[in-house]
Amino acid sequence: MTPSAGTAAAHPSDRRSAERAVAAVWRIESAKIVATLTRMVGDFGFAEDLAQEALVDALRQWPSEGVPRNAAAWLTAVAKRKAIDSWRRRERLDDRIAVLAHDLEQEQADAVDATPWDPDAIDDDVLRLIFISCHPVLSREAQVALTLRVVGGLSSEEIARAFLVPTATVQQRIVRAKKTLAAANVPFEVPPREEQPARLGAILGVLYLIFNEGHTASAGSDWMRPELSDEAIRLTRGLAALMPRERDVHSLLALMELTAARFPARVDSKGDPVLLADQDRRRWDRDRITRGRAALARADALGGGRGAYGLQAAIAECHAVAASVDETDWERIVVLYEALGRIAPSPVVELNRAAAVAMSTGPTAALTIIDKLAESGALRGYHLLPATRGELLLRLGRAEEARSEFAVAANLAGNDRERALLAAKAADR
Amino acid sequence: MKYMLIMRATDEGVEAYSEVPFEQVIEAMGKYNESMMKAGVLLAGEGLTDAAEGFVVDFSAEKPLVTDGPYGETKELFNGFWIIEVSSREEAAEWASRAPLGKGAFLEVRRVTEFSDFPEDNEWIQKEEGWREEQAQRAQQ
Repeated sequence: MTPSAGTAAAHPSDRRSAERAVAAVWRIESAKIVATLTRMVGDFGFAEDLAQEALVDALRQWPSEGVPRNAAAWLTAVAKRKAIDSWRRRERLDDRIAVLAHDLEQEQADAVDATPWDPDAIDDDVLRLIFISCHPVLSREAQVALTLRVVGGLSSEEIARAFLVPTATVQQRIVRAKKTLAAANVPFEVPPREEQPARLGAILGVLYLIFNEGHTASAGSDWMRPELSDEAIRLTRGLAALMPRERDVHSLLALMELTAARFPARVDSKGDPVLLADQDRRRWDRDRITRGRAALARADALGGGRGAYGLQAAIAECHAVAASVDETDWERIVVLYEALGRIAPSPVVELNRAAAVAMSTGPTAALTIIDKLAESGALRGYHLLPATRGELLLRLGRAEEARSEFAVAANLAGNDRERALLAAKAADR
Repeated sequence: MKYMLIMRATDEGVEAYSEVPFEQVIEAMGKYNESMMKAGVLLAGEGLTDAAEGFVVDFSAEKPLVTDGPYGETKELFNGFWIIEVSSREEAAEWASRAPLGKGAFLEVRRVTEFSDFPEDNEWIQKEEGWREEQAQRAQQ
């Protein structure tokens, strides 16, 4: 193999391709690099800065010189040198300089294939990194930005594009998040046993939010941004490999795979949304369904019953294995929603239960649930409440009332394509 | 997007590989697979047994002919594969170049087709979707 193995050598003239090659290495290595640096310099924010500066150097050099054989070692070594320089500039002449300098000498003497981290410690360090990125002192937005950039290796530009916000906003969120973590003196650690369920719950919440933002874009003109969902699945798969005994991680992975299996059928050739009932099920991704069911089986095998993600995955599984809407086991779905409503009560779950009741028992029973929900005011402003009510009224032959519900729903929808679909139903005669 | 990494080796490659202690091969492959699992990109992967155990179905004649070989002009034997899900061609190339393979070995990297690669209104494409679904349903029963 040549020193410049990889794609940069294959297309030396194509700078964009070389930049993508750098990005590819970064996606694979960033978490391990930042985790290793955090352990070394003892400061997550400083470590992240160093890693980003090393990445800037790589983007400057690799397109012309080729991707080094051991890219991770190159990046880590550059970052360590920058740490030493920074400490010297600030005349912080502590022992760590000597330790890092010794490390660097040692690594230069080592074989080119040596990893720049301790293989026995790196998994734990990456876990620490995930926990710190989703730490409860941070806002949800900051957790999402940090997780995607530090753990997922996405650039601020990529995150900004995915969430339809200016790049500067993402950069500010990250800068502020690092300051918050420093101010709260958050340790770089896997939380103690008793705190783990809650802390892991926060991580899963962040991953699920990223996934959902990809498939029900809350704003803008695109109905789906599947690359965000793919990213969430990649991160969750990685977490499942790092925490194989955690039921909820496998459950969430199952939920994501089973939901994503339907993506190819969720938009038509014009990019308009297609509702579950109208989807061409031949387009569902059978491999994803198989993987999702396997992940749910792994979660079940760990025991302890199903949690909220497991129950939602089981509901998605009911849809995935049904050949059509009519052949769907709606009674089982109602039971699963009832269980979900008990362990994680929410008006959205209640709304979905109503939709399942409409299929298993009939629209009248469902309308009673919906009307109770509407009275409670819990979903005021949520377009799917009038949209579902409209569908039920339509089935009951109350077309005029249905149209006015669809009109209300269209006004509330944040997504352009969804709004158009609802407006069409409101105008339908 | 999904890519298939198709492992191929020349005769010399296979021979060189057979001299490496089996334990060492297993360990290197295990580490490689584990790194792709932890990165969340590995979907599938299999190795193939010796080509001598396999056979060839030749379609050159009117009726397909089953033979023990030889493998025609193929100088590099297909020995196994991985399927990975990544965000770019470059990421696939990066993972491929990390495979623990040596001299005489090649990885052919091919993108797996998706529904969006085909015209939606083609009758045969629609039929194939139907077949795939039937197969999957049968597999689940």
